[in-house]
Amino acid sequence: MDFDGLIPQLLNLFASAMLILAFAMLSQRRILRLIHLFTLQGLSVVGATLVVAWVTGQHHLYFSAALTLLLKAILIPWLLHKLIDRLNVRWDIETLLNIPTMMLVGIVLVIIAFNLAGPISQLSGSIARGTLGIALACVLLSFMMMITRAKAIPQVIGFLAMENALFFAATAATYGMPMVVELGIALDVLVGILILGVFMFQIREQFDSLDIRHLEKLKED
Amino acid sequence: MPPGNGGSGVNSGWLPLDWIMLAVAAWGGLGALGILAWRRFFIVSRILFPLGALVGLVLAVLAASALGGGVETAVLAVGLPHLPMHLRLDSLAAFFLIVLGAVGAGVSLFAAGYFRRGEGTPPGLMCAQYHNFLASMAGVLLADDAYAFMVAWECMAMASFFLVTANHKSPEIRQAGFLYLLIAHLGAIAILLCFGVLQAQTGDYTFANLRAQSLPSFWATVAFLLALLGFGAKAGVLPLHVWLPEAHPAAPSPVSALMSGLMLKTALYGLLRVGFDLLHQPQGWWGVLMIALGLATALFGVVFAAVQVDMKRLLAYSSIENIGLAVAGMGLALLFRAHAMPGLAALALTATLYHVASHACFKSLLFVGTGSVLHATGERNLGRLGGLLRKMPWVGWLVLVGVFASAGLPPLSGFVAEWLLLQSFLFTPGLADAFLNMIVPIAAVAIALVAALAGYTMVKFYGVIFLGQPREETLRTAHDAGWWERAGMLWLAAGCVALGLLPTVFIRLIDPVTQQLVGAGLADQAGLYGWWLLTPVTIERASYSPPLFLFGIAAACLLVFWLVRGRYHGHLRRSPPWDCGFAWQTTRMVDTAEGFGQPIRQIFEPFFRVERTLPSPFDIKPVYRSEVSDRFWYALYLPVMRAVEFVARQVGRLQQGRIAIYLLYSFLTLLFMLLMVRR
Repeated sequence: MDFDGLIPQLLNLFASAMLILAFAMLSQRRILRLIHLFTLQGLSVVGATLVVAWVTGQHHLYFSAALTLLLKAILIPWLLHKLIDRLNVRWDIETLLNIPTMMLVGIVLVIIAFNLAGPISQLSGSIARGTLGIALACVLLSFMMMITRAKAIPQVIGFLAMENALFFAATAATYGMPMVVELGIALDVLVGILILGVFMFQIREQFDSLDIRHLEKLKED
Repeated sequence: MPPGNGGSGVNSGWLPLDWIMLAVAAWGGLGALGILAWRRFFIVSRILFPLGALVGLVLAVLAASALGGGVETAVLAVGLPHLPMHLRLDSLAAFFLIVLGAVGAGVSLFAAGYFRRGEGTPPGLMCAQYHNFLASMAGVLLADDAYAFMVAWECMAMASFFLVTANHKSPEIRQAGFLYLLIAHLGAIAILLCFGVLQAQTGDYTFANLRAQSLPSFWATVAFLLALLGFGAKAGVLPLHVWLPEAHPAAPSPVSALMSGLMLKTALYGLLRVGFDLLHQPQGWWGVLMIALGLATALFGVVFAAVQVDMKRLLAYSSIENIGLAVAGMGLALLFRAHAMPGLAALALTATLYHVASHACFKSLLFVGTGSVLHATGERNLGRLGGLLRKMPWVGWLVLVGVFASAGLPPLSGFVAEWLLLQSFLFTPGLADAFLNMIVPIAAVAIALVAALAGYTMVKFYGVIFLGQPREETLRTAHDAGWWERAGMLWLAAGCVALGLLPTVFIRLIDPVTQQLVGAGLADQAGLYGWWLLTPVTIERASYSPPLFLFGIAAACLLVFWLVRGRYHGHLRRSPPWDCGFAWQTTRMVDTAEGFGQPIRQIFEPFFRVERTLPSPFDIKPVYRSEVSDRFWYALYLPVMRAVEFVARQVGRLQQGRIAIYLLYSFLTLLFMLLMVRR
């Protein structure tokens, strides 16, 4: 088989899947769907990592991939599912203002990201350097999702998606971070989601809603 | 660095600096014991405070033994890693340590009898802060690198803040404490920046390195101005004086005594250290600036002191005045030094240091005296005091000594200091610059004016509190101070008398300091004709003999006493009917503080901001109210405060309360940073 042509194609496939998923998450109204999209995004990160690991022979990347699979594709989605069940928001629909505008802004962000990533990928020697722009775009899109959402759970998902994108960026640019750092980040994310879960219960107890606009009342005048 | 070189050496192996460090540590230890004996009133007041006084005395003796004995250094292995604390004992530090130890001993003795149960902070905690305050002041004097200096400086500010807010339940006191803390921090920032400029990008903050740098004249000026601002804020130099009249009345009296008598002096020490020691290429106009600033401060302080009605506020303004005089003297020394006239610089510096020692003694004495009055009567307002000399003879007579010294009357300490200061100002025609020759005599006139007004203020202070008739019924039950308080006041009064009577002896103590700072001394010339005759320059030019004055004054007093009692009263003629409406004197007829200050308020009207409310002529119970306040407050502080508030409100708009907006901030920041990297 002719790997030389195939490998970059595979990587680009996963990368573009991530980008499309990021856009999909940006415009998705249903919380349940959002979790599914997030799981898919996790799986594409795993796929991309596996490809890079296989091509470059970096064995620690297999561990990274396994860890990501366990955490991002199985454990956290499962936690989120449990969370929305217990909070009883499984079928909630969020009203999103002006999806077309958000899409347009998203496209602008992608352009900016590619523009930014250009000089950085010149420096990188990785085979996956072409995908750095996409990774950066995913980071920005996830960030934007956090900004535009009004409910707590989609914000948390935005945060996790951003972490996914960062992980992808690290893999793309430098074959992944050192194992210790990755383990640390994985643990952080896990702890973070637990704490945020507790917070959500607290928020709902206080305000009878998960709408974070209620937090504005906390501002001191 | 070697742990000490030279020095006279008290013991083999142990140099004075080591003993002094031990004494300072003992102060710190007494503070810790105070915390342990938190509520044991007896232990704190009868054991710990007298022990603190003893340590102070020992410190003064040790410092005196080290004076002129050469420079000793030590490196303490405490502090941050690779940043040990450097200590150094030279003549300048030793002189201030003598003042600190001796005056601190007197105030501690007084404090042993002063602090009572149930007044705000428990005595044990007061004891801890009090001794921390003393120890950190000693630390400021001993520090030999910017790091140790700033640590000690901030400890001093913190300890004094907690002491000021001892009665923290009253909102005015909390407010005064906050104002003090604010200005102290402004000053500390300026000092920190000053050290930053002085190190000239070598990254080494030891004073030895700062001393070795030769800065370009612009940066030297910047450093000097920062030092003037920073230390001026602590000393109460215009326009950063506003905390003084608020904090001093708020603090318990021994604390006011320490702050006014000693803490302000550490600020002067800092100015001397930076202006004379670390910056060794002075420029003439720095001196002129200091003279102008000092005299403005002095005049401002004394005029405000004259119109105060609160006795501790009056003393606080009087402290501003005295600090102003010291700064002016220091400026003159700097001017002479810049013009390479070491002899005259030594004269001006000697006058300044003499003033420092003298003010430390008499102002502490006066402040603790007001403490005794406050305890006996519960009253700070001069309008409700009066006639206390009969009820409190000990306090009355001892305070009289302080009042005489403060008013600059011979043969007490204040006179010597002011006389030396005037002498040094009268010598300026020796300067090469015509402009300066014109300016400086005006300064001498201003000093004379300040001295006269200070006398006026002190007459008011003493007369209204101790003379005349008691204005309130409660004053008739006032009691005299206890023995501890008397002992402390006696010690401080003895200091005033000794400084007044033996100037040649004390100038000999100051001599090593001026030798160190300006390379000339006054001791040989001053004591040329024996201990009883002070001749700072030449005998033809000026001389002062305290014993002679004492003799003269005593003779005159005895003569007057004999004439009044023996002759006049002996032939007393009683003639009742025609009494001009002055049949008997009531308390309403005794001169009040407002009344006594009235002429000054009229003459110096532009200085003040006076608010008067006059009663209507038909009012049955007329109330006359007039309030004198500081123009600086309205012209400088309030606009600055409003500006800060405005800016804060504008910045506060960033705080929307919406998480989305906050996220947007970080998003935009991220984008901005990425674009910066792209560049």
